Amino acid sequence: MERITIDPITRLEGHGKIEIFLDDEGNVANTYFQIPELRGFERFCVGRQVEEVPILTNRICGVCPEAHHMAGAKAVDAVYHVDPPRTAKMLRELLYSAFYVTDHTTHFYALAGPDFVMGPDAPVAERNILGVIHKVGLEIGGKVIQCRKYGHTVVEMIGGRKVHPCTSIPGGLTKGITEEQRQEIEKMGRWAIEFAQFSLKLFTDIVLGNKTYLDLILGDIYTHKTHYIGTVDENNHINFYDGKVSVVDPEGKRLGKYAPSEYTDWIAERVEPWTYLKFPYLKKVGWKGFIDGKDSGVYCATPLSRLNAADGMATPLAQAEYEKFFSTLGGKPVHQRLATHWARLIELLYAAERWVELATDSEITSDKFHTIPTEKPTEGVGIVEAPRGTLTHHYWTDERGVATKVNLIVGTTNNYAPISMSVKKAAQSLIKKGTVVNEGLLNMVEMAFRAYDPCFGCATHSIPGQMPLEVTIRDANGNPIEVLKQFC
Amino acid sequence: MSTNGKPKFAMYWAASCGGCEIAVLNIHEKILDVDANFEVVFWPVAMDAKYKDVEAMEDGSILLTLFNGAIRNDENEHIAKLLRRKSKLLVAFGSCANEGCMPALANLSPMHEIIDTAFHTISTDNPEGIHPQTTYTVPEGVIHIPTMYPIVRTLDQVVPVDYYMPGCPPESHQVGAVIDLVVQVLQGKAELPPAGSVIGAGNSTVCDECKRTRDEKKIKAFKRIQEIVIDPTLCLLEQGVLCSGPATRSGCTALCPAAGSPCIGCYGPAEGVIDYGSRLLSAVASVIDSDDPDEIDQILDGIPDPAGMLYRFNMAGSLLRASKPAWLGK
Repeated sequence: MERITIDPITRLEGHGKIEIFLDDEGNVANTYFQIPELRGFERFCVGRQVEEVPILTNRICGVCPEAHHMAGAKAVDAVYHVDPPRTAKMLRELLYSAFYVTDHTTHFYALAGPDFVMGPDAPVAERNILGVIHKVGLEIGGKVIQCRKYGHTVVEMIGGRKVHPCTSIPGGLTKGITEEQRQEIEKMGRWAIEFAQFSLKLFTDIVLGNKTYLDLILGDIYTHKTHYIGTVDENNHINFYDGKVSVVDPEGKRLGKYAPSEYTDWIAERVEPWTYLKFPYLKKVGWKGFIDGKDSGVYCATPLSRLNAADGMATPLAQAEYEKFFSTLGGKPVHQRLATHWARLIELLYAAERWVELATDSEITSDKFHTIPTEKPTEGVGIVEAPRGTLTHHYWTDERGVATKVNLIVGTTNNYAPISMSVKKAAQSLIKKGTVVNEGLLNMVEMAFRAYDPCFGCATHSIPGQMPLEVTIRDANGNPIEVLKQFC
Repeated sequence: MSTNGKPKFAMYWAASCGGCEIAVLNIHEKILDVDANFEVVFWPVAMDAKYKDVEAMEDGSILLTLFNGAIRNDENEHIAKLLRRKSKLLVAFGSCANEGCMPALANLSPMHEIIDTAFHTISTDNPEGIHPQTTYTVPEGVIHIPTMYPIVRTLDQVVPVDYYMPGCPPESHQVGAVIDLVVQVLQGKAELPPAGSVIGAGNSTVCDECKRTRDEKKIKAFKRIQEIVIDPTLCLLEQGVLCSGPATRSGCTALCPAAGSPCIGCYGPAEGVIDYGSRLLSAVASVIDSDDPDEIDQILDGIPDPAGMLYRFNMAGSLLRASKPAWLGK
């Protein structure tokens, strides 16, 4: 059987590899998206003082350590049965909102934007962030840099460091903020709202205003009808920091909402022998393989999923965009994976609005940022929405508060099955008998998983927005007969 | 990225988290200096060259390679050796490459425990006990994933290293300063430090950079950070919190203690320290206020995880390197 190997895919944390097998007709028979890494955090966090685990697990991902720090902080609160003061929760969410703004911004401009601003088959030399800046103007490039700076400034003010924050502890934080810092944070947040609105307008003008792109978004190549999950508040509005996880089926019907402590009732993980990463699925529906539909437990946890799983947004500007999103795309739920890019920008606006809401709360500068735990530590689960999916940290301790067991279901991991399916479907749709496999086609395969902003790729908060691929077409004996490449 | 006759630059990640890349990107506009002075030939996070492109380069043709990440599997080792061969100057960049960092805490456990734990968690449905196989036959053919090593290693345990740049991650102002220095060297305005030097860091300890006041006070008990009301100006160690500042190299501006959180040692051993954990333990012992062996034991019981606290970032780079079960694989 002929095979096409894509190895390595860059912009993964570590490395990813795709094997595409062709049948005798030259059509795609199957694909394998392999993750070649395992670091073993669940083992080596055991034996550590549990308050350290939110700092150790930061090092799972240096791109979104804020997400691990927050999920870990909530898990250690639960381990110690302590409810942090309101100010502490708000400060954590404020840090997290600022982080979301930078994270979503850089994904849109550096990774996803080039495909739309420049076009999926634009010349390679132009289809990157530099091309985007050239086309839309240097001023916008400056804004993107400014946005990253502002976000990291807030993260450092509250979290102590720009990368790998260190201030969340059981019961709250090690420090608060001053009125002077609050004013600066508010000012940066107001700028971020304007920037988010500007980004949505850019998307509307360049993408939605272009029939070719709209057709691409609405077409079948990038569509999968799966379940969706996302954290919501008591009004069923999206919340990144706290709430219950809403689960909806492919028809948009809510199957239920689970609290962090109930996650094992809802989520299970499957092991495949050909990859180091597990495949989570909805336990109540069951694993039926890499397939779509109501009877398959495959689910998605992305910005698109969160919009599908919620009833709306908690802030007014984002709510208006939420309504426009579903009315434009034909109602809930939206299954078209490329619409995730639009959903991400709506979340960007929400995060910026939330940033200002929290920064203007009268209690945000209070010195009541920590409650000393008094209960004996036992076990606890913390869940936050990482930009790339629902993030679950579960810790068990002995009576000294030393970790005895750790379980982690990490953001992108949720999407491993749907990403694999998207890659297969794109490959099947694009590579057929007689197809000329050219650079534009390879980029179309890239776009299948770029929509998910896989966390290993989120490090690509920079230049340029392309994923190099090398495709080797081999004969049945594994001898290369043709090599196609882009950006190599 | 320009492609003229400028000196060549590469950056690579092995077993790491991506935070080192973010630290480099956080130099913001200064990244343009890198572009102006170097031809970036390999940097998976930022541009799109492949292994085979590196393989095709002449040996020694890359002037400067920043290598982050520990050596966890055969792919990491292969690329480390490849980049060593191609690079004039190879820098161990960040804690993982220097001393193992968090990934090397895995050296406290034998490999089978790491695999068993990961693939038999409470949420994993794996009744058949399936584990990943480095070579596996699927219906359509044979596919492969890298082989994990039983012991995580530092970069210089695999290939010779020219310079060491510590930090988890290296602070961006230090990254910027190193880039400035290299640009000056290229312009003939400065000289490279002696081979084997630590760059982008200080020569003293985090305590020397820390603004908290020290009263040479001794302690009767160690405290966990969540157990106390943190005094915002007093030395954390003197408040009973195990702070790694005394053993840790300066260079970060004591960010964590300034935020009320103890130093966890991410800049690695201070100048002249051979074994980080031993130095930290002696520093900790010196603040204990007792001469009574029983009482000292009791005070030390307040540190329930000495291995993890003393070698949090440093397991692979320590004299110990790994636990006996990890070495023996059982």
